[in-house]
Amino acid sequence: MKLPEPREAVDRPIYLRYRYRASEQANRFLHAIKKGKILGVRSVGTGKVLVPPPGVCAESGTLTPQDLIELPDRGTVLSFTIVHLPIPNSRLKPPFVVANILLDGADQAFSHIISEAELKRVVIGTRVRAHWKPEAEWDYGLENIEYFVLTDEPAVDIEQHRALRLEEAARHA
Amino acid sequence: MRDVAVVSYAQSPAQRDAGGTTDVEMLVPVIDRALADAQLTRKEIDFICSGSCDYLAGGAFSFVMAVDALGATPSAQESHVEMDAAWALYEAWLKFQCGEIDVALIYGFGKSAPGDLPDVLSLQLDPYYTQPLWPDSISLAAIQAQMALAKGCFTERDMAEVVAASRRNAIHNPAAQLKGEFDVSDLLKEETFVSPLRKHDCCPITDGCSVLILASAEKARALCERPVWLRGINHRMESHFLGTRDLTTSTSTMKAAETLKLDGDKLDVAELYAPFSHQQLILQQSLKLTDNTRVNPSGGALAGHVLMAAGLDRFGAAAREIWSGRADRALAHATSGPCLQQNMLAILEGA
Repeated sequence: MKLPEPREAVDRPIYLRYRYRASEQANRFLHAIKKGKILGVRSVGTGKVLVPPPGVCAESGTLTPQDLIELPDRGTVLSFTIVHLPIPNSRLKPPFVVANILLDGADQAFSHIISEAELKRVVIGTRVRAHWKPEAEWDYGLENIEYFVLTDEPAVDIEQHRALRLEEAARHA
Repeated sequence: MRDVAVVSYAQSPAQRDAGGTTDVEMLVPVIDRALADAQLTRKEIDFICSGSCDYLAGGAFSFVMAVDALGATPSAQESHVEMDAAWALYEAWLKFQCGEIDVALIYGFGKSAPGDLPDVLSLQLDPYYTQPLWPDSISLAAIQAQMALAKGCFTERDMAEVVAASRRNAIHNPAAQLKGEFDVSDLLKEETFVSPLRKHDCCPITDGCSVLILASAEKARALCERPVWLRGINHRMESHFLGTRDLTTSTSTMKAAETLKLDGDKLDVAELYAPFSHQQLILQQSLKLTDNTRVNPSGGALAGHVLMAAGLDRFGAAAREIWSGRADRALAHATSGPCLQQNMLAILEGA
């Protein structure tokens, strides 16, 4: 018996609707970033300042307090890479830098983009500040910061910075 | 076989909707309570194992984020099953048998409120012939109940009696979601929901979590006044294809009972994970339970049903009966899959 012609694909669509609600900490963070403010939280277990603020500190397994801390939009590059691929819908043209940025007063870095024509100027320890989108475009997300740019400050010694941060965390733990 | 005992158990309240509280935020206080009861700290846990399903709340990686509740830095020995946490307990038990660990923390959690649970559960069916028809979990259970009623295995009144007993027992369970005195005749007057099931024949939708701690013999005696010994554990599964199974009985449960040489007459308590009233009757019949056994003193899954933790809750509820001195020998049962597809049995003893 001759088998029917094989088909390359059949449709089996799956649609599920969810009523997702942001957690309390995410809610506070997102409402603040809509107004151009960055919030973090100090873990009661470790004394470290975490940003964005999680509901639970992963290092100590403790619930984080409701009082959040406003952080400046300046920080230090902990590590980086140079990207040669474009980001869809971004005004940023490659090559650009993706970096782990540690905001001043924070103990947990997050990833963001750095725009800099002289790529060689970016090193571990480079000081950066946020370049925000025009206020009219602010929404509930970290992408309100379009990218970071270099400041005129000298690069910092990361190991020394880390040691100072750990000392401060210990004072709050 | 290495002796392993349940030394602690805690559960969150069974809530219809936990709102914006995340899984990991629900877990922290429950883990704290389970650890405090055994006077343990997070750093003294050798192995963490959890059961959950990201499809329930629709949040990818929620099982990974849940590990944050354990303070698992810089690292931890951890595993996860996409099944009820009773199967996480089984994995932990195997690790004890390998001689690798002395203390294990098992947890299960689920937030079913954000999704449409009966439809979400159709995704566990075979994706070629059954799932594309979107049979929801309640309809499949109703088909099973219809067959068993037609065969004369039990009556609709028997089903209503299961519901009334569940809610009466749950009066004493502070974590229960549905509880109270209900008259069987009144229950039978309610209209059918998905025939022949009435709404009360179906478990509620519940957000919550549970935590249970197992320990080896040497540790257990130090951590707990009356360790609850795991004397035997076995699980069996049936075909995924519903058309090949006899849905009016539970052959996998019978097979597991046979393997454990279980005497249904010699159990003080049986905690059965039956998401539907008729499934409890099928299980009781398959296990040949008699009036000597109190069934579901906690109220069971009909009184509160945290999907992915409800099986682990049967272990916890059975252990509580032994800790309180109300029972010396108990059965914990867990199920997974549509229409009691997979079943696990464990014998728990106080001495």
